[in-house]
Amino acid sequence: MTTQEALFNYCLRLADNHLILGHRLSELCSKGPVLEEDIACTNISLDLIGQANALLQYAASIENNGRNEDDLAFLRHERHFYNSLLSEQPNRDFAFTMVKQFLIDAFNYYLFDELKKSKDLTISALTTKGHKEITYHLRHSSTWIDRLGLGTDESNLRTQNAINELWRFTDDMFVMDEVDKMLITDGIATDLNIIKTKWQNTVNGAFEKANLKIPEKVWMQYGSKQGKHTEHLGFLLAEMQHLHRAYPGVKW
Amino acid sequence: MNSISLSIDEIRNLLSQIPDPEIPVITIADLGILREISIQDNTCIISITPTYSGCPAMKMIEDEIIKKFRENGVENVKINMVYHPAWTTDWINDEAKEKLRIYGIAPPEKSTVNKSSLMSETKEIACPQCRSKNTEMISQFGSTACKALYRCKDCKEAFDYFKCI
Ligand SMILES: [Zn+2]
Repeated sequence: MTTQEALFNYCLRLADNHLILGHRLSELCSKGPVLEEDIACTNISLDLIGQANALLQYAASIENNGRNEDDLAFLRHERHFYNSLLSEQPNRDFAFTMVKQFLIDAFNYYLFDELKKSKDLTISALTTKGHKEITYHLRHSSTWIDRLGLGTDESNLRTQNAINELWRFTDDMFVMDEVDKMLITDGIATDLNIIKTKWQNTVNGAFEKANLKIPEKVWMQYGSKQGKHTEHLGFLLAEMQHLHRAYPGVKW
Repeated sequence: MNSISLSIDEIRNLLSQIPDPEIPVITIADLGILREISIQDNTCIISITPTYSGCPAMKMIEDEIIKKFRENGVENVKINMVYHPAWTTDWINDEAKEKLRIYGIAPPEKSTVNKSSLMSETKEIACPQCRSKNTEMISQFGSTACKALYRCKDCKEAFDYFKCI
């Protein structure tokens, strides 16, 4: 693997995490639990898809093989997506949506904060900008963890159920392989072990404050960095990619 | 030698008239979206930066810039999207902030997106209508990603606050 190939793959991972989570949030458009949350979730979705767009543009320029950002988003197959297993999980109830969002926002917050220092100037610029937006996302989702955890017995129960079900996908975010190792040596990527420690502190603190528990003895699921996904990604892509595949090159 | 009849200053004046599509009382220059103007090989190169990564107004702003040039007989225009330095509300000047307030949007306070304010918004935001600081946040995200929704507890008006970033 060349550095160029590793960098292309790394940019896809960053972009796909945002694109898929952004798409999931966009599913709430006109279906949010209250008007303010409908607007909040779709605005966060827009930030994430906007960041994914810039990252995919950069990935396309690295690949330099005639594909553009739209080709990468809409014409890749499931096995060539590298988003985390957590990001592709369905929204289900609002507690489920917000627990997933919080776990990923906290990950992105620390990851992007580290990537500001990347020796790759485009990654540094895009993550510096993205981090400002993610700060607001994390503030939003952590407020909800508090409200749901400390709300009623029902809201606490649903939030706890969401944590119990989603926890098995959390370790997958921190997997590192030869792509990471190669780029860490070059000062481009970040050691995810550093992110994991910070992430754990934030998550533990927020859950403890909100009267929520991290489940014990969970069988962790992995595979996203080899393009191995849960059954949900295929359905998501079928919907997301439909228009572009049915009407190739269509413009608004 | 370039044959573009306009000077850099004239181009700047021209583009400074383009209003922001979502907040038409201020211009793309007021907001700091317009970054750099240069002329190379008989082509005007205009660098712009998005306020938020997903700002849907960027495409419209690009079209407006091209239209403005066309009206002045310039066809060779290249728009360059730049991400560094990252856009900040600190670039909005005081005059533009006052225009925002008159328009009914509480202008951004000095940028405070840092670790100390990670979990809570602690600033007092003045109501753009009655200037009371007795206000509360309704939602972190308002009508667009760049705004939060507030309510004034004195005059009872709901209003948008332009978040600092
Ligand atoms: Zn008021």
